[in-house]
Amino acid sequence: MSASNSILHVNQLDAWFGNFHALKNISVDVKDHDVMALIGPSGCGKSTFIRCLNRLHEEIEGAKVSGDVFLEGQNIYGPGKDPVVIRRRIGMVFQKPNPFPGLSIYDNVAIGLKLGGMRDRHQVEEHVHQALCGAALWDEVKDKLKRPGASLSGGQQQRLCIARALAVQPPVLLMDEPTSALDPISTGRIEELIQQLKATITVIIVTHNMQQAARIANRTAYFLLGEMVEVGQTQQIFEAPVDTRTRDYVTGQFG
Amino acid sequence: MSQVASTTEAIPQRSRRRDLHLADRIFYRVVKGTAWGMMVLLLSMIVVIMTMAWPALKEFGLRFFVTNDWDTLGDSFGALALIYGTVMSSIVALVISVPVSVGVALFLNELAPRWLSKPVGFLVEMLAAIPSIVYGLWGLYVLAPFLRSEVQPFLSEAFGFLPLFEGPPLGVGMLCAGVVLAIMITPTIASVCREVFAAIPVAVREAALGLGATRWEMLRISVLRTSVSGVVGAVILGLGRAFGETMAVTMVIGNIEQIKLSLYEPAQTMASILANQYAEADSDLHLSALTAIGFCLFVVSLVVNGSARFVVSKFEKRERGEV
Ligand SMILES: Nc1ncnc2c1ncn2[C@@H]1O[C@H](COP(=O)(O)OP(=O)(O)O)[C@@H](O)[C@H]1O
Ligand SMILES: [Mg+2]
Repeated sequence: MSASNSILHVNQLDAWFGNFHALKNISVDVKDHDVMALIGPSGCGKSTFIRCLNRLHEEIEGAKVSGDVFLEGQNIYGPGKDPVVIRRRIGMVFQKPNPFPGLSIYDNVAIGLKLGGMRDRHQVEEHVHQALCGAALWDEVKDKLKRPGASLSGGQQQRLCIARALAVQPPVLLMDEPTSALDPISTGRIEELIQQLKATITVIIVTHNMQQAARIANRTAYFLLGEMVEVGQTQQIFEAPVDTRTRDYVTGQFG
Repeated sequence: MSQVASTTEAIPQRSRRRDLHLADRIFYRVVKGTAWGMMVLLLSMIVVIMTMAWPALKEFGLRFFVTNDWDTLGDSFGALALIYGTVMSSIVALVISVPVSVGVALFLNELAPRWLSKPVGFLVEMLAAIPSIVYGLWGLYVLAPFLRSEVQPFLSEAFGFLPLFEGPPLGVGMLCAGVVLAIMITPTIASVCREVFAAIPVAVREAALGLGATRWEMLRISVLRTSVSGVVGAVILGLGRAFGETMAVTMVIGNIEQIKLSLYEPAQTMASILANQYAEADSDLHLSALTAIGFCLFVVSLVVNGSARFVVSKFEKRERGEV
């Protein structure tokens, strides 16, 4: 909305679980090809925030949202907007790897394309191949595409979930602590992957690991008790935070 | 003070532990005794049934299972029609009940608001509590006339070219038994399906929603595709119930030992012939043949349940990725 290269613009967003006010008046601008990290103590609303960006929050019983989120200039909370259509344009990777247990590795990646109406087999194959390469998983699974997704290791499953999200080529990828359930080697691979992804898409990633935020994100936002306390260049947030609450958190004096 | 207290406490504690130990040993013996008792009971049942069935099996050999000739006067017995009746009525029941049960389970778990799913779910479970003779009466006096006057004429008109729906509408017969069985096994299948669906993590559902699946697509991808082994298990449980069901089937199936492809025709199942003829079996061979049927029913149920377990574990392995 504001700057011309802004892909996601959040304006005065509030979210509730029943009567619990989980997000309070959040406004932020995310630029194209940004990697934005969301940090903050657990329970501060990071997951709730990114789930508002693809309208998944409202799937929880009693959950409510108010405010505007503009994706490429269009308000996803505007009248008559279909959440199903919006979710096809925003990828999401969850905290715990969640491949579809009933589907093969191939079908896990192809399913989003099929939901989007792609029928041509060669086209689907092409996209699956690309997505698996993009998620740095192709070499490991190319000989067992028909095996169930659940047969992979945890780190591979998470990369499969990333491939699943990438297959439909969304302009924005949301990641909710994607490495918190993984070992350091798998974590490193996924961080590398995010570095490569920012050449083509925008990534918003929740992490409770500040080193991770510092390694991969060019912008960082600090959440506390449902508020976005501060947002800025990652280096500035970690080295020269403006808000004292941010400073307490990044210097480890939180609590 | 505290020292005294702790010593006085320590003494009863130790004796209590010894009591517990004794109680443990008694408990162990009782449990072990019952477990062995069950084994002995089962084995003795098998032995008794085998002994009683032996004369008929010796007389007819394998022919007993592959011929269709149940002549109580001529003392000649072949059980094929009864095996057919049991299997066919159960298949009809499954064909009707499986889609209905899965649909009911999906609706109650995934679509209906809670104020509706609670009472309706309760009613469906209650279907399982109705005594089977009540199903029989209802089948005989309500369902059979309705089938004869409404459903069968319609089926004949629409699908009359199939041998399944050939002949005059009779009401009582294979179709009637299949429908009654379907109603009787639906609560079993539906409630197991509900448990299976409820066990699927929210994360798997959200994975589909996050990809832009509609509610129906989500149900297909995240719920149904994930539940294959569970649903198969549920169906087998229902099948086991359909195989053994006696009273209701006896009342509505028409009780004629014949193999007719038409579902309008009367038939007889292994269970129903036992109910029909056991009390008035005149000759020893007749009694022995009936016992052999009982044995056969026992074996078939065992095989079905065993193969079901095998299938379920196969699917589960596949889902876990062990192939
Ligand atoms: N399904 C839910 N129902 C009610 N409250 C919830 C639910 N999910 C999260 N919350 C509450 O909302 C707040 C923010 O949660 P969340 O966004 O998951 O935090 P974070 O991801 O930062 O750890 C927490 O206080 C949490 O207890
Ligand atoms: Mg979270």
